[in-house]
Amino acid sequence: MSASDILIEVKNLKKYFPIQKGVFKKVVGHVKAVDGVSFSIRQGETLGLVGESGCGKTTVGRMIMGAYRPTGGEIWFQTPDGGPRLNLAEMTPAQMRPIRPHIQMIFQDPFASLNPRMTVREILAEPLIVNKVAKGAALEGRVRELIELVGLKVQYLTRYPHAFSGGQRQRICVARAMALYPRLLVADEPTSALDVSVQAQIVNLALEIQNKMGLAYLFISHDLGLVRHFSQKIVLMYVGKVVEYAPAANLFGKPRHPYTEALMSNVPSVRSDFVSHKIILKGETADPINPPPGCAFHPRCVYAQDVCSREEPLLREIGPDHVVACHFSEALDLNGCDALGCAI
Amino acid sequence: MPPLLEVDDLQVHFFIDEGTVRAVDGVSFSLEQGKTLGIVGESGSGKSVIGQAILRIVPSPGQIVNGRILLQVDEKENLQQQTLDLVTIDPRGALARSIRGSDISMIFQEPMNSFSPVHTVGSQIMEALLIHSDVSKAEARNQAIEMLHRVGIPQPENRIDAYPHQLSGGMRQRAMIAMALVCRPRVLIADEPTTALDVTVQAQILALLKELQEEFGMAIIFISHNLGVISDISDDVLVVYFGRVMEQAPVKDIFDYPLHPYTQALLRSVPGIDTPVRTELATIEGTLPDPLAYIVGCPFYGRCTECGGDSVCRDQPYELTKVSPEHFVACPRMCIKL
Ligand SMILES: Nc1ncnc2c1ncn2[C@@H]1O[C@H](COP(=O)(O)OP(=O)(O)O)[C@@H](O)[C@H]1O
Ligand SMILES: Nc1ncnc2c1ncn2[C@@H]1O[C@H](COP(=O)(O)OP(=O)(O)O)[C@@H](O)[C@H]1O
Ligand SMILES: [Mg+2]
Ligand SMILES: [Mg+2]
Repeated sequence: MSASDILIEVKNLKKYFPIQKGVFKKVVGHVKAVDGVSFSIRQGETLGLVGESGCGKTTVGRMIMGAYRPTGGEIWFQTPDGGPRLNLAEMTPAQMRPIRPHIQMIFQDPFASLNPRMTVREILAEPLIVNKVAKGAALEGRVRELIELVGLKVQYLTRYPHAFSGGQRQRICVARAMALYPRLLVADEPTSALDVSVQAQIVNLALEIQNKMGLAYLFISHDLGLVRHFSQKIVLMYVGKVVEYAPAANLFGKPRHPYTEALMSNVPSVRSDFVSHKIILKGETADPINPPPGCAFHPRCVYAQDVCSREEPLLREIGPDHVVACHFSEALDLNGCDALGCAI
Repeated sequence: MPPLLEVDDLQVHFFIDEGTVRAVDGVSFSLEQGKTLGIVGESGSGKSVIGQAILRIVPSPGQIVNGRILLQVDEKENLQQQTLDLVTIDPRGALARSIRGSDISMIFQEPMNSFSPVHTVGSQIMEALLIHSDVSKAEARNQAIEMLHRVGIPQPENRIDAYPHQLSGGMRQRAMIAMALVCRPRVLIADEPTTALDVTVQAQILALLKELQEEFGMAIIFISHNLGVISDISDDVLVVYFGRVMEQAPVKDIFDYPLHPYTQALLRSVPGIDTPVRTELATIEGTLPDPLAYIVGCPFYGRCTECGGDSVCRDQPYELTKVSPEHFVACPRMCIKL
C-alpha cells in the first residue's frame, strides 16, 4: 500500500494536564495523560485502542478530533480527494473548522450527547445546516437517508431522545456522526453501557456502515473480545504510553508484552472447555501523576527484573508492523490466546 | 438437611401510578453452603430486586407480594425455629437488622453507596462488628485490620483510618468486601461487584471471592449481566428475563448445552473464539417487553427466532420444567417436544 493510503498518522502525541493548587491556581505538577503515543490508520481500516481506565484512551480521541490541543507531537491527516496532508496538532481552531466534518466522535453515553429538547429530525439536520450543505427538500432527504442508514424508522424523526432505548440513542448518535460523510469515526466505548444483545446490533451496524462508506474507525474499548472482533490493528496503552502495537492476529496469537498476556488471560471466558490460565496481577494501574520509574508496568509485572525499575523500555520494532516496549520481549516466551485458554 | 437458603415462588411487584411492574415474577432457587449461584440477565430483568428482596430492602413502591425466603438460622436470641421465612419478618425490626450484616450481607457495583463518605473505612467496618457481636472496641479494630489485610489491602493498619474517597476503586471494592464479610455472614449477595472495574482488577476480585469462600464457607449469590464473569464464578446459574427464570442449571450445562432460545441467543451475541472476525454478530431483535405488561406465556415470545411465533408459546402459562435432574427450562415448545 502506498503512503497516501494512510488516513491519519499520530506521532509522539502528548497531553499533559496541569494540576493546580490553591487560590492562585499555581501549577504544582502534571498529569501525563498521554505521553508519546504513535500509530497510524489507513483509509477504511479499524484500529482498536485498548487499555484500562485512566490510561489515556479518551484523551487521544479528543486530541484527534480537535477537542484538546496536544502538549506535543503531530497528528497528520490526509484530507479527502487527494488534498494536502495537514498536521492538525499545529492548527488553530479557525483552521480546523473545515477539517472537523471529516473526523467525528461518538461516546459511551449516548444520552449525554443528545440535546433532550431537540427532535431527532433537528438533531440530524443540525450539522447539515451549520455546515451549509443542504436545505429544503435536499435537507429532508438527507435526514431520512441518515435515519434509515442506522436502521431506524422515518416516523421516529419527530420524537425526542428520551423516547428511545440506549441502543436506539446510540444509533441516533451514529446517524448524526455520519451526516457529513466523515473519513474517520472515533468511537469511544460506544457499547460499554449497552446489554450484549444490543451491543451486537451496534457492532453490526458499525461494520455495515464501514463497508458502505469506506470510513476508518478508531475504536476505543476496554473489551478485548470486542476489539479483536472489530479491529485489524490494535494499540495497547498503559499509563499514557503504548506498550504494544500490532496487527490483531499477531497480538492475540503471540503477544510480546507481559501486560498484553496478562490482560488476555484475565478475560473471563464463556467456554468451559477452555481451561484458562489466569495471570493475576498485583495492585492497580499506576497513577499518571506519579508513574513508577523505569517501566510503568514493572510493579505489577510477573517477569520484572531490576533493570525494569531503572530504565524505561523504548518502543521498538520486533517484527513486521509489531512494536513493543519491553526490555525482555525476545527473552520471554509469552503465551497467546490459545495457550492461555482465552476463548476470545 | 434443608438448603441454607431457599427462595420459593418469589414475586416482587412495584405499584407505580402507571400500573404494576412485575419486577420479580415467580422466582425459585435454593442455595447450599459454600456454593455460588450466578444470576445473569440483561438490565431490567429483575436481578437486583431479587437481592433486595432477600435482604428485605426492596424500596417503596415495591412489595413482596408472594413467596417464601427460607433461611436456616443459628440459635438467636428468643428465636425458636431453625428455619426462618424472611418474608414474614418486619423489614425494619431488630431481627431483620440482625440478619442483615451478620447472616446475609451484600456488596454492590458502587462501593461509595455502601460507605458513608464522612466516616473512615475502619470505623464503618468496626461498627458492623460492634453491632453484630460482643467484642470490645480494641478487639473490633484488630479484627477490622485483619479483615482488610485478608482482602489484600496493603498496610491495613494505616488504611483503616482512610476515608472511602482516599482509596482507589479497586481498594474501595476490597474494603467493601471486608465490611461485608467481617461478621462472617453465611450468605453474600454480590450485585455486579466487578462491573465498574478494569479486567485485571476484576480478575483479582473474583479470585479473592473464591479464596474467601473456600476459607469462610459462605454461599454467594453473584449477580451480573456479564456472561463470562458468571461462567467464571458460578456453580449454578439462573438466567432471568422479565422477572422470570428462563433456564436454571449447573454452570457447565448452561454454557455447553443451553436449552432456552434466550440463553442461546445471549451466548451467540458475544463474539468468541469461533466467531470469524469482522463478521456480523448474532443479535436479539426487538426490545424487552414493556415493564408494565402482564404476560401469561413466554416473555421472550415475539423476539424468539426458534418458535416462529407459535401461539402455544404466547398462551401457555409460564412454567419452569425439569429436563434433567438439575436442568430446568421455561420454554413451552421445548417442553412439548420432550
Ligand atoms: N480534562 C482533564 N483534566 C485533567 N486531567 C484529565 C482530564 N481528562 C483526563 N484527565 C486525566 O488523564 C488521564 C487519562 O484520562 P482518559 O483519557 O479519560 O483515560 P481513559 O479514557 O483511558 O479512561 C486520567 O488520569 C484522567 O484523570
Ligand atoms: N424503585 C423502583 N421503582 C419502580 N420500579 C423499579 C424500582 N426498582 C426496580 N424497578 C423495576 O424493576 C425491574 C427490575 O429491576 P432491577 O432488578 O433493577 O433489574 P436488573 O438489576 O436486572 O437490571 C425493572 O423493570 C425496573 O424498572
Ligand atoms: Mg475513556
Ligand atoms: Mg441491577
